[in-house]
Amino acid sequence: MSAISVRELRKSYGALEAVRGISFDVAVGEVFGLLGPNGAGKTTTVEILEGYRPRDGGDVEVLGFDPGRSEAAFRERIGVVLQSSELWPNLTVREVHRVFAGYYARPRDVDEVVELVGLAQKRDARVKTLSGGQKRRLDLGVALVGDPDLVFLDEPTTGFDPAARRNAWQLVRSLRELGKTVLLTTHYLDEAQQLADRVAVLRAGELVKMGPPSELIGDARAEIRYRRNGELVILETEDPTRELHELTGAALAAGYELDGLEVRRPTLEDVYLDLMDEAPPEPYA
Amino acid sequence: MRLFAHQLRSEQLVFWRSREAAIFIFIFPVMLFLLLGAVYSGTHEGRPVTDYLVTGLLTYGAANTAFAGLAISLVIRRESGLLKRIRSTPLPPSVYLGAALASILAVFTLQSAVLVGLGRALYGAALPVQPLALVAALAAGALAFAAMGIGISGVIRSSEGASAVVNVLVLPMAFLSGAFGPTRNLPEALQAVADLLPLRHLVEVVEAVYLTGEGLGGEAASLAVLAAWGAAGLALAVRRFRWEPRER
Repeated sequence: MSAISVRELRKSYGALEAVRGISFDVAVGEVFGLLGPNGAGKTTTVEILEGYRPRDGGDVEVLGFDPGRSEAAFRERIGVVLQSSELWPNLTVREVHRVFAGYYARPRDVDEVVELVGLAQKRDARVKTLSGGQKRRLDLGVALVGDPDLVFLDEPTTGFDPAARRNAWQLVRSLRELGKTVLLTTHYLDEAQQLADRVAVLRAGELVKMGPPSELIGDARAEIRYRRNGELVILETEDPTRELHELTGAALAAGYELDGLEVRRPTLEDVYLDLMDEAPPEPYA
Repeated sequence: MRLFAHQLRSEQLVFWRSREAAIFIFIFPVMLFLLLGAVYSGTHEGRPVTDYLVTGLLTYGAANTAFAGLAISLVIRRESGLLKRIRSTPLPPSVYLGAALASILAVFTLQSAVLVGLGRALYGAALPVQPLALVAALAAGALAFAAMGIGISGVIRSSEGASAVVNVLVLPMAFLSGAFGPTRNLPEALQAVADLLPLRHLVEVVEAVYLTGEGLGGEAASLAVLAAWGAAGLALAVRRFRWEPRER
């Protein structure tokens, strides 16, 4: 069963075609990552799914609803974390959760949610005294307080230091354990690799690749690097075991050293950068 | 109804917890009243000037809470992404705006009671001759200014500019309209400007029902001008009000 189903989605802003007929499905309980550079159409796509923007064409179904009709029953079941939003600075963490809990018919227990996002120590602290990472956790807590089935996370760790990012990742994993469906946008490739069951790569409004991160990486060839007479040699291969064996065998037999020998599996980042290079995006109007 | 009550309580919590809002919106008109009361003395058209300060500051309070306060808080909440965030919850937009309006009216009601009470206690100022008509007049004025406040919030681009823009409008208007004490000998040109201002007309209506036995009926023309300003504010609100931050 699909939590999200998108068919031939289109959206233009004036002459700019921001989204050019993309299709994808997100299964219930899946963590799905939308990847792409700025201007690729990620935010436009997500905001159409969240019900913020009308679409120009195509079919969209989210939890069985058409988000374009903006029904309260639909909004009961989604949680949204925006790229940037500042909640009331003078209320406490608990009070902000309580205000949002009041908007939903069947909210979760406020203290439980505060605990879940790791703000139990800060429950009576005013929002303005929180650190950047704590504020993002507050955003997440507020998105979860209505007990949504589907959570939208728009670039949840932009501007985080590495430790805060790892904490945030832990939180997203805990969402999966709760059985929530998560739609995540990010331009950090390692984030998508760590968190997403599947990713879709957007470029200039088109979907250029989709699949589990391991599969996207699996498509790509391994790389063997070493130095010979001071020159860097790079071999791309689909059969690294054999290639390496032959290489080291030859080196041992002839008695020379393979300086700086390494075998690299490409990361999602390499795959992604290749995708971005393949064909230059059409110029924006 | 449950949602409205919840949101009204939340708005009140947010308002009184914010020192800036409580001081600028609630305390400032009361402070001006005390200052002006200490400075002005004597009579105007046979009445103590302090009577006119009470009626004047009541009308300034209407403009300051319902227009300036509402506009500033809407701009700040829009630019911080809070309005957009709230749009993704089941809270209907009409309930959100209705509760914001009701909350600011509650603050204004309390402020009005403080002004009338302080005027009486400190200066022996008059009490309203027609209390019910006064409530109706102030409510009408506050609603008209609230419509203008929501309208102008859609025109103001940044949180930083919000307070400056509304005060550049409200403070001169209050002087010209006689909200800070009766205006005598205004140059003709300024008088002509003053006669177009919504606050000038609210001052006239409030003076009529507060100080004299004249009812609202005698002030139909002024009420019509106020209503026209309110309608213009509403039209602007319909065209320009936004839930989302302006693209930066």
